[in-house]
Amino acid sequence: MALSATDSAAEIVFDRATKRYPGRPQPAVNELSLTIPAGEICVLVGPSGGGKTTAMKMVNRLISITEGDITIDGTSVRSLDLTDLRRGIGYVIQQVGLFPHLTVGDNIGTVPRLLGWPKKRIRASAAELLELVGLEASDASRYPGQLSGGQRQRVGLARALAANPPLMLMDEPFGAIDPITRERLQDEFLRLHREFRKTVIFVTHDIDEAIKMGDRIAILHQGGILAQYDTPDEILAHPADEFVERFVGADRGLKRLSLRRLRDVELEPAGDAGSDAPRMPASTTLHDALSRMLTEGAHEVVAVDKDDEPMGMLSLRRISDLLQERITA
Amino acid sequence: MIAATPPVIPNYGTAHGCIANDNALFCTTWIRQHWHDTLAPAIVQHLWLTAIAVGIGFAIAFLAALVAHRYGFLAAPFGVFSAFLYTIPSIALFQLLVPVTGITVTTIEIGLVGYTLLILFRNTLAGLRSAPPEVLEAARGMGLTRMQILRRVELPLALPAISAGIRIAVVTTISLATVAAYITPYGLGKPIFDGLQINYRTEYVVAGLLAISLALLADAVLVVAQRRLTPWARRRATG
Repeated sequence: MALSATDSAAEIVFDRATKRYPGRPQPAVNELSLTIPAGEICVLVGPSGGGKTTAMKMVNRLISITEGDITIDGTSVRSLDLTDLRRGIGYVIQQVGLFPHLTVGDNIGTVPRLLGWPKKRIRASAAELLELVGLEASDASRYPGQLSGGQRQRVGLARALAANPPLMLMDEPFGAIDPITRERLQDEFLRLHREFRKTVIFVTHDIDEAIKMGDRIAILHQGGILAQYDTPDEILAHPADEFVERFVGADRGLKRLSLRRLRDVELEPAGDAGSDAPRMPASTTLHDALSRMLTEGAHEVVAVDKDDEPMGMLSLRRISDLLQERITA
Repeated sequence: MIAATPPVIPNYGTAHGCIANDNALFCTTWIRQHWHDTLAPAIVQHLWLTAIAVGIGFAIAFLAALVAHRYGFLAAPFGVFSAFLYTIPSIALFQLLVPVTGITVTTIEIGLVGYTLLILFRNTLAGLRSAPPEVLEAARGMGLTRMQILRRVELPLALPAISAGIRIAVVTTISLATVAAYITPYGLGKPIFDGLQINYRTEYVVAGLLAISLALLADAVLVVAQRRLTPWARRRATG
């Protein structure tokens, strides 16, 4: 098994990490302090110029830290040998950057080969990783030029996971992919993450993607200043300031609804529902349930389990109540 | 007039048949008679001239390109120097070298090497610089050292440009090496100049055709070699 749930993830701490470029008055990242618990996905989000990519690249020192520090499980990234540091961190970028002259299998085996794994183990793990990211083991012999954009990013993900790093850095990994494939890749990544529970730092400029992917979201604004660092629900429910409020959008209430599913909330007895109430699977988000009610002119939906048995109902009124109360994580 | 005085062919003894009579463009009797003592050795010499010139030229250009790739500010001066060498008229250059290196094969090789440098340097450097930025960023991000990036990423990706440069260098060197025989009688240039000197058409026509065939053949061999070396480029084109 190349990956397992027992593999350790790392806790990442930004401690007043600052990046200044000579000749520029404003720092790109300004005294950024935040703690990412082991095994969580932390999304860095914000407008361009917010320094989110810079902050991420300071972790594997593709960009040097001017002041402050970043630690991985208590060890400063500044104290580690550069190649050792980077080989221990999975790195995924928007343009993927697969080596065009190497087969998919050899691309995935890049870091294991640098680490001196035996060839047999490299091949076996590449085959396993390909299946994990939704490709075929036989794709190992193809070249990147023969793959679609979505397939390439899957290979990029497999390559980043190859040496089983406790930390992954992902720089707008799904940014260049069409919306349908993007959504599928997001879902698959979340499913994978539930299994392997690595610590992930994920950069995006898209607040919806941040809400979907993040266990925690760090919103950075111009000049690399941290505006808010919290769970998606807290950020949507209680934006720290006007900037965050504007950034998350006027529909933040609706966005909050997409964070919860029918099975997550306390349902009312199904017997109270009207006979024509729409039936939806328990995995439906409240956002989609509300949308269904509005389009069908219904006042409630009935949540059903896998066997289509009613579990309870959710009314319009209850949705509105849920948005009022402070949801505790 | 020529018709009244049959060509004298001092190098080749008694002339008979098409040789003596009509100064044919393509006298097969002569070709058969002189294949072993004139044409075959000239082909072998010519191949050696070219192989050594391109070999040494590539070694120099490759090192210069590696240095210029690492220290970018050297790219311009190296480029200008190789372009300068390329602009010197070939006959003049060969003639200028004679006082230094004499009427020798070395004289030819120095000149030929000089003419390969421009194309080999430029193509190798362009090839090394052709690695896409995201590929280099991914390589750095995965912890490849500078040497590993050069060896495992930049050099393989430079192969198509490098072999394109070698192909041009080989073809132009095969052609230019015939001119070099004006100074040092060697290779296929020798029968061409001999034929011209005594106005014997078959000799220079056949030697010229052989030089052309050699260039085309070498180019074809190099194309096949390149495809073998860069399977990813071929699959991309078809797949």
